[in-house]
Amino acid sequence: MQKLTKEQQDYQNLVNLKKPKPPYIKNIFMAFLVGGLICVIGQGIMNFFVSRGFSIKEAGAPTSATMVFLGAFLTGLGIYDKIGKKAGAGSIIPITGFANSIVSPAMEFKREGYVFGVASKMFVVAGPVLVYGMTSAFIIGLIYYLFKL
Amino acid sequence: MAAKKMGLQTVKFQNPPSILATASIVGPKEGQGPLKDYFDIILNDNMYQEKSWEKSERKMLKEAVEMAIKNSKVPYSNIEYFIAGDLLNQIISAGFAARELGLPFYGIYGACSTISEGMSLGAKIIDGGFADNLVVATSSHYCTAERQYRYPLELGNQRPPSAQWTVTGAGAVVISSKPKNPRITYATTGKVIDMGQTNSNDMGSAMAPAAVDVILQHFNDTKRTPDDYDLIITGDLASVGKDIAEELMKWKGFDVTNKYSDCGLMIFHPEQDVHSGGSGCACAAVVTCGYLYKEMINGKYNSVLLVATGALLSTTSIQQGETIPCIAHAVAIENL
Repeated sequence: MQKLTKEQQDYQNLVNLKKPKPPYIKNIFMAFLVGGLICVIGQGIMNFFVSRGFSIKEAGAPTSATMVFLGAFLTGLGIYDKIGKKAGAGSIIPITGFANSIVSPAMEFKREGYVFGVASKMFVVAGPVLVYGMTSAFIIGLIYYLFKL
Repeated sequence: MAAKKMGLQTVKFQNPPSILATASIVGPKEGQGPLKDYFDIILNDNMYQEKSWEKSERKMLKEAVEMAIKNSKVPYSNIEYFIAGDLLNQIISAGFAARELGLPFYGIYGACSTISEGMSLGAKIIDGGFADNLVVATSSHYCTAERQYRYPLELGNQRPPSAQWTVTGAGAVVISSKPKNPRITYATTGKVIDMGQTNSNDMGSAMAPAAVDVILQHFNDTKRTPDDYDLIITGDLASVGKDIAEELMKWKGFDVTNKYSDCGLMIFHPEQDVHSGGSGCACAAVVTCGYLYKEMINGKYNSVLLVATGALLSTTSIQQGETIPCIAHAVAIENL
């Protein structure tokens, strides 16, 4: 980033003064509420799988898959973005939000074709999460392995 | 010195070109806004029976041009130039609409300032004696702009309160040498101003200094004051930028409080969930072609200074951490 001149710095001060602040308390509350609700639904689905004979460890995978499906489905119906507008991080952080971040560009860029549109743009939002998520998982795994030895 | 030049950046037209007719087409959301009665066509949906949003945008542009020409009663073959631009990469809406229209075409890019940039150039062509009739137009579309500049529509993200909503619509103006009101009397060409803003979710703050710079230059060059105008109207500064622009003008000794307005604030109701207000090429264009033109014909306004504002950024420049260069062009429109 370039260094600001004195004039630009003065202007930045004016902008900071005039700029409306996001409603933090309301946003935090909604994120907590919706994020919590999504987790409750996830727990309910997990309990269902456990009641059908899965062990708790085994139930993780089908539960995640179901939640991903729900996130993708609601994205397809045009509902997830409306939830996201109110809930913010509450619906972005759970795995349903991850599904939303992959399905929404895939839908958006369908008109550019299945190769250069859907396939290449699919990870435009989620890509950085995957790259840095996997890298940090690998590094932490390595540390864990070394120190355990 | 050039005979029609005034001061550093302004021209005074000798035979002020007239605005013979206008046309405006808007999307459904704009059609629910406070200015809905002023627009010629309100679309039922954003697709406009097309297969992509880009096609929908260029169809609006083409039809606005055709309608404006029809309203002007100038025979199609007498339209000598088509001047247009839009927000999409390589101004494809304008270029592709020009392919259909078959008119001699100048493609321009001034981001959201395109309408006043086009009117300024168009009036110069007419008053210069290079043509008798021409059409200036621009368009923008919420869905095409979002996918180019921001995120997919279905992504569940939250926008900050300073964010703006790109207007879906197109506006076209037929400018002519025929003596008829309203006329374009002055044009002040803006300089690119960059006050170091980097937040692409707060364009109003980035563009306000460019608008103020060209307005003050206009007053300086013409020796006019805000009292010479019934209305000074900026393009798409919206609530944050308008507030800042007023403050900056006050610092410079110009009080415009009662006669200053912004197209971005006029086109939507605050409860339409557009955050700070409207933006996009069509924002200033449809307010000019719909509201301003009609109210000037009705005599509500006799003298308007239109200052459409544009941010000359791209996704590449933002990602590379560059600040946002901005521009504004002023045209004075008057009933003589």
